[in-house]
Amino acid sequence: METEKPVVKKIREVAQRIYNKIRLIEQPQMEMPIRALSNVSYNDKDGYFELMGKKKVRTLTASTIKTFAQTLRMMNLSKEIIEKDDMATKREAYYVSKNWGDARFKEQPESDTVMDDIEAMMQVNREQIGFIPEEKGGDVAGKLVVIDKDADTGKEVRIDCTKFGSGAYSVPSSVEDLKFETEAKFILAIETAGMFQRLVKHNYWKKSNCILISLGGVPTRACRRFIRKLSDDNKLPVYVFTDGDFYGYFNIYRTLKVGSGNAAHINEYFCVPQAQFIGITPQDIIDYKLPTHPLKDVDIKRAKDALKNDPFVKHYKEWQKAADQQIKMKARAEQQALAKWGLNFVIDKYLPDKMKNSKTWLP
Amino acid sequence: MAKKSAEELAKKHREISIAEFFEKNRHLLGFDNPRRALMTAVKEAVDNALDACEEARIMPEVNVELIQLSETRFRMIVEDNGPGIIKAQVPKIFAKLLYGSKFHKLSATRGQQGIGISAAVLYGQLTTGKPATILSKTGKEKPAYQIKLKIDTQTNSPDIISDEEVSWEEKEHGTRIEIDFEGTYNKGRQSVDEYLKETAIVNPHVTIIYTNPEASQIIFPRATEEMPPEPTEIKPHPYGVELGRLMKMLQLTAAKTLQQFLTDEFVRVGSGTAKQICENSALLPKTSPKKISREMAENLYNGIQKTKIIAPPTDCISPIGEEALEKGLRKEINAEFYCATTRPPSVYRGNPFIIEAGLAYGGDQPGDKSIRIMRFANRVPLLYQQGACAITNAIQTTSWRSYGLQQSKSSLPIGPCSVVVHMTSVWVPFTSESKEALAHYNEIVKEIKLALQECGRKLASFVNKKRKIKEEGKKRGYIEKYIPHVADALKELLGLEEIKAKEIEDNLVEILEHTRGELEEIKVDNPDYDPELANIGKENKEDDEEEPEEKKVKKEKKEEKEDKQTTLS
Repeated sequence: METEKPVVKKIREVAQRIYNKIRLIEQPQMEMPIRALSNVSYNDKDGYFELMGKKKVRTLTASTIKTFAQTLRMMNLSKEIIEKDDMATKREAYYVSKNWGDARFKEQPESDTVMDDIEAMMQVNREQIGFIPEEKGGDVAGKLVVIDKDADTGKEVRIDCTKFGSGAYSVPSSVEDLKFETEAKFILAIETAGMFQRLVKHNYWKKSNCILISLGGVPTRACRRFIRKLSDDNKLPVYVFTDGDFYGYFNIYRTLKVGSGNAAHINEYFCVPQAQFIGITPQDIIDYKLPTHPLKDVDIKRAKDALKNDPFVKHYKEWQKAADQQIKMKARAEQQALAKWGLNFVIDKYLPDKMKNSKTWLP
Repeated sequence: MAKKSAEELAKKHREISIAEFFEKNRHLLGFDNPRRALMTAVKEAVDNALDACEEARIMPEVNVELIQLSETRFRMIVEDNGPGIIKAQVPKIFAKLLYGSKFHKLSATRGQQGIGISAAVLYGQLTTGKPATILSKTGKEKPAYQIKLKIDTQTNSPDIISDEEVSWEEKEHGTRIEIDFEGTYNKGRQSVDEYLKETAIVNPHVTIIYTNPEASQIIFPRATEEMPPEPTEIKPHPYGVELGRLMKMLQLTAAKTLQQFLTDEFVRVGSGTAKQICENSALLPKTSPKKISREMAENLYNGIQKTKIIAPPTDCISPIGEEALEKGLRKEINAEFYCATTRPPSVYRGNPFIIEAGLAYGGDQPGDKSIRIMRFANRVPLLYQQGACAITNAIQTTSWRSYGLQQSKSSLPIGPCSVVVHMTSVWVPFTSESKEALAHYNEIVKEIKLALQECGRKLASFVNKKRKIKEEGKKRGYIEKYIPHVADALKELLGLEEIKAKEIEDNLVEILEHTRGELEEIKVDNPDYDPELANIGKENKEDDEEEPEEKKVKKEKKEEKEDKQTTLS
């Protein structure tokens, strides 16, 4: 028998434990960490959210038997996929379940949850149990050569990210085997596609010798991993440029830097602790006299929630101050608001100014 | 325009006879449309017949016949086995409004005011011009006589058209009334059929033989040989008398002193209480009642309110009883759950009363409609003016959600449920002379709500039990459904053999079902249900519908048993 892959071994172990219980006519259980902000703490030394010990135990009863059966079915699917060295998207896994009779999933969110449970139970990431998300990783442009492999021949493929013109290289869903060559000085991660386009079109990366990455909202795992790997391998600083609102601070930036509560078991690898927030900060709104939108009640609720429950915000006084400042201001500003001072103000003035003065950043 | 003098105007003022008044306002008596008129006429005649029999302690047997004379004209014949009426009284009873035996006394009878049957005669004469025919016989050796009567509406007095002695051999004693009038015959919840059925349900000691205009005969046989206790007459309670009535009583009394007046004319007033009332009214007990002025009477009235007087006796009213009420529901409705309750007696305005309530839940009843309400007052079904009735109000303001029915704020609850409420009292307060809706006295509404809540609590525990059993069934279904999946997945994950998978299934059954115990079942199990009876009074259109299979089976069973209920065509 060929050597079993570690994940397959883990799956078999879990299944074996359950089987042993059933043979003894005892109620079998599954144990997995609780996936929520309430069960993570901020690891200051390494700079990411790590799991605390809280566990969820699912005991087999009449009301849990359906999920129990579905989890076992999904584990089996995962095992088959890994053994065949194959992959399945989350959507495909959902469709496979349609063949399970009564144990099939009604909607994809149900199968996604079961998948996340298994992932957390195995303490690995989704790709390692054979499932990949359909989501895009993010767009890249700038002084970077990505070394990938051709799917058919296995030969090296060199992708020059300076050669996409006004387009961009797209981060694949699995980035673990990529290699990089670059002479850039830093990575600039940008929230919106609109701002990314402007910077690409005016060759900002050439002027400032950097790599531009569009996050497209809250960064996907692949995108986080890509930035982390790129930064680690080439010792590049990472700067983050988002809208001046709480979604930009505590959803996009926070997740990129320290990870999420939902996937805390893998945050260690799927975060970019070296990331720095350059703007738009609440102080920028004042300093640059930016046009603003009023904060909605949900925005304020999000901020207060973060101040109270987010271990990252609770750790950084600077962020607490900034959040308080913005709540008092009752306003938010978008990246594009800089266009008030001219379309290229962001390239000619704002970014160069901000880069020079690290005192205006937030941790 | 020329001004008119007061003298001229005065010529136009004249006395209105009560008969004339109701001639113009017949809706007040329940004769507003042809359909309701038919029901009201039958109701008044049957109520009178039952009251007469019960007063004479005769087990009632009432024959009701409706004959269609033309498209809109009907003849109603109602015949009873009561004591009969002496000849001299017949004209006044049947052809003078507000002539009756019950208005001046307080007892739990059906009739109260002495309007009903004369109103039916008046309505007949108004719509057909024909007199009513009364036949009565008071004993075996006595002659029977037949009188044709009209009402002189201007004077509210009987107008005897003819009067003859006849032979009525088949009857020892009894009364028969025949009236022709305009009407419409329908089935449904507000029909004669429904009225007679509900009457039979709450009066199990009565036999009713009913021939409808389609000439099919329905017999509602008596279900008990026990007559309800005789309604005893009580004197008024001081708290229930208004000032005007008090002054009239003072004038009419035979008592020589105020103290004697109080002890003689009222219930619950002994010499001690009487003296107390006098003291509270600043009147001497020896004052002659005839000499009491209006001011003094007002003092007396206020003095009564200030004095503590024990509540009136309550043995003068007799409820239907929880058992009989529930049995009636069982006959009428095929449900899963029944309950009924009789409240202890209570008092409003010095009148003792008892509220009874019952309900039937589940079974054949539709779950997406408002509940069905059956209202009764002194054993008489109330079919009209449901919205104006204190019973309806009490149901609407009771919170049914906690008892397992749906309900939006202050409206009738929705669910597979029927509610029956009965009020019995020496004086039932109706909102109008047609006697279809109870007036909203706080004390009455409160008692109805208490009765409903009692039933509601029992209902809630049943509904909860039913829900639990349903959930349990669902869980067991779950277990059966998903056990094979657990076994199958483990088999594949661990590469087990088929026989091991079977072992997993068996073990899981043991693990999961071992602790769950026996599953209870709720079924409709109601041997008292009488589908034929329940069908009486249903809309015609429902007759055309296919009968569900199980109902047919039940019906056949009933026929085999030669049920007491018989339908002859």
